[in-house]
Amino acid sequence: MPAQLFEERIEGEEKIEPRDWMPEEYRRTLIRQISQHAHSEIVGMLPEGNWVTRAPSLKRKAILLAKIQDEAGHGLYLYAACETLGVSREDLLSELHSGKAKYSSIFNYPALSWADMGAIGWLVDGAAIMNQIPLCRTSYGPYARAMVRICKEESFHQRQGYEIMLTLSRGTEVQKQMAQDALNRWWWPSLMMFGPGDADSVHSLQNLRWKIKRFSNDELRQRFVDMTVPQAELLGLNIPDPLLRWNPDRNHYDFGPIDWDEFWNVVRGNGPCNRERLHDRVNAHEEGAWVRDAAIAHAIKQRNRQAPVAS
Amino acid sequence: MSMGNEQLEYALHLADNALILGQRLGEWCGHGPVLEQDIAMTNIALDYIGRARLLYQYAAGMCAPESTEDQLAFMRNEWEYRNVLLAEQPNGDFAQTVARQFYIEAFQIDYLKALQQSGDATFSAIAEKSIKETAYHFKWASEWVIRLGDGTDVSHRKMQDALETLWPYTGELFREAPYESWMRKNLNGPDLAALYTAWSARLQPVFTLAGLELPAGQWMQEGGKTGRHTEHMGYLLAEMQFMQRAYPGLEW
Ligand SMILES: [Fe+2]
Ligand SMILES: [Fe+2]
Repeated sequence: MPAQLFEERIEGEEKIEPRDWMPEEYRRTLIRQISQHAHSEIVGMLPEGNWVTRAPSLKRKAILLAKIQDEAGHGLYLYAACETLGVSREDLLSELHSGKAKYSSIFNYPALSWADMGAIGWLVDGAAIMNQIPLCRTSYGPYARAMVRICKEESFHQRQGYEIMLTLSRGTEVQKQMAQDALNRWWWPSLMMFGPGDADSVHSLQNLRWKIKRFSNDELRQRFVDMTVPQAELLGLNIPDPLLRWNPDRNHYDFGPIDWDEFWNVVRGNGPCNRERLHDRVNAHEEGAWVRDAAIAHAIKQRNRQAPVAS
Repeated sequence: MSMGNEQLEYALHLADNALILGQRLGEWCGHGPVLEQDIAMTNIALDYIGRARLLYQYAAGMCAPESTEDQLAFMRNEWEYRNVLLAEQPNGDFAQTVARQFYIEAFQIDYLKALQQSGDATFSAIAEKSIKETAYHFKWASEWVIRLGDGTDVSHRKMQDALETLWPYTGELFREAPYESWMRKNLNGPDLAALYTAWSARLQPVFTLAGLELPAGQWMQEGGKTGRHTEHMGYLLAEMQFMQRAYPGLEW
């Protein structure tokens, strides 16, 4: 019974590999989750790409370029992991371009100042790590292995982002204002990155059972808040939440309610940059079509030139 | 920038070439025709920014009073930049970016070998490091010239157009600015005129494989090496210098 074997392997913490039997719903869930993750990596290149040409020093320019390049690499690993489930990168991209596939909503917010490069690294990569470290133990082998490589680089990004914030927070009044403004804008969207609360999360339960997910959205969000609040204190910046306070009974920080209307509104396409982000991706893809066609045409010509002529 | 210091001006010439090319390639970041090429162009951009840093650091030490890499990279006036006009030409479509890179990398292979022989230990060491990067850059650019030249009718036409468009900017690579003569005479710097044959020899086989024609134009533009740039340069600098100009003298 393949189904029983599958359940046993999940139970025994054994990895599921591409050739193994798996329930159709498990496959579909993985494709959805991995491709969303891949799309997030490449759409995530855009807000930071917005600052490459204006980076304030040569060192920062190099670090930012390298970081965005890492994200492109993450996109590649993840598309490759997704392809092991029998779906092509080209198909996944057309779902992104048609608006059918989602990507992390955080990237629909604008990167307005240099401090955003700090806030994105610190908070957005920071939240991504919280989400992703448990995925290194996810039940699907290729996804878990991709995540191991990715997590190493993400924690590097997080430190670099924090380092930008630290430099700003020790700088002039204008630099501090920049840093505070970036924190004000990125804080709540970062908390939303963990997805809806457990009570409202559609996919959570089955995903936990199949060990695709390892912790619930709310657990991860709480961990993120607990980790980040002391870091903000060290920067001397204020987290824009009047209800935020340490709760000794829970041994966690309590925090204010998340504006889920805003979250769903951005998911539905009404965030400040949804149109721009999608337009940028579609445009790059369409303008690159003749290049990809040329590469294929050349490869075919090469093969024909090398192959002995069939008689 | 104090003039009359040829060695400093030479260092800035090399540094500016590297920075401006890196800046242009960085504009592609997130917008490449395919993910793998986005990564490849960012790789090349990173090599150039890294090289620019080494050269500006060296130049900064020669300045009186001493300067910093960022002061030199971001706080000079347009007419003080010494990069060749070819480096500052816009990315255009992918073919134009490939063409710019192809002409320059073909030149740099032999140029850097000559620079490695120079009597300036720092230039020589930077050249040695850059030779390895350049071999990869040239391979990348040549392969794309061939792919696009050979690929489809559309790509063939775009590649030929791009090579023609940038051709008038190639002559400047071989025309010696005063600081380059000084380098050649005093520190055994590269002899530009002597590099022309080697450069042509590198282009020819690639054009043949690509089925492309070597542009025939004779008239060559020049000026970048002595600070007279094209209209594109002002916009590039406005963007690149924005933070340092808006908030001078801060740590980032
Ligand atoms: Fe990433
Ligand atoms: Fe990252």
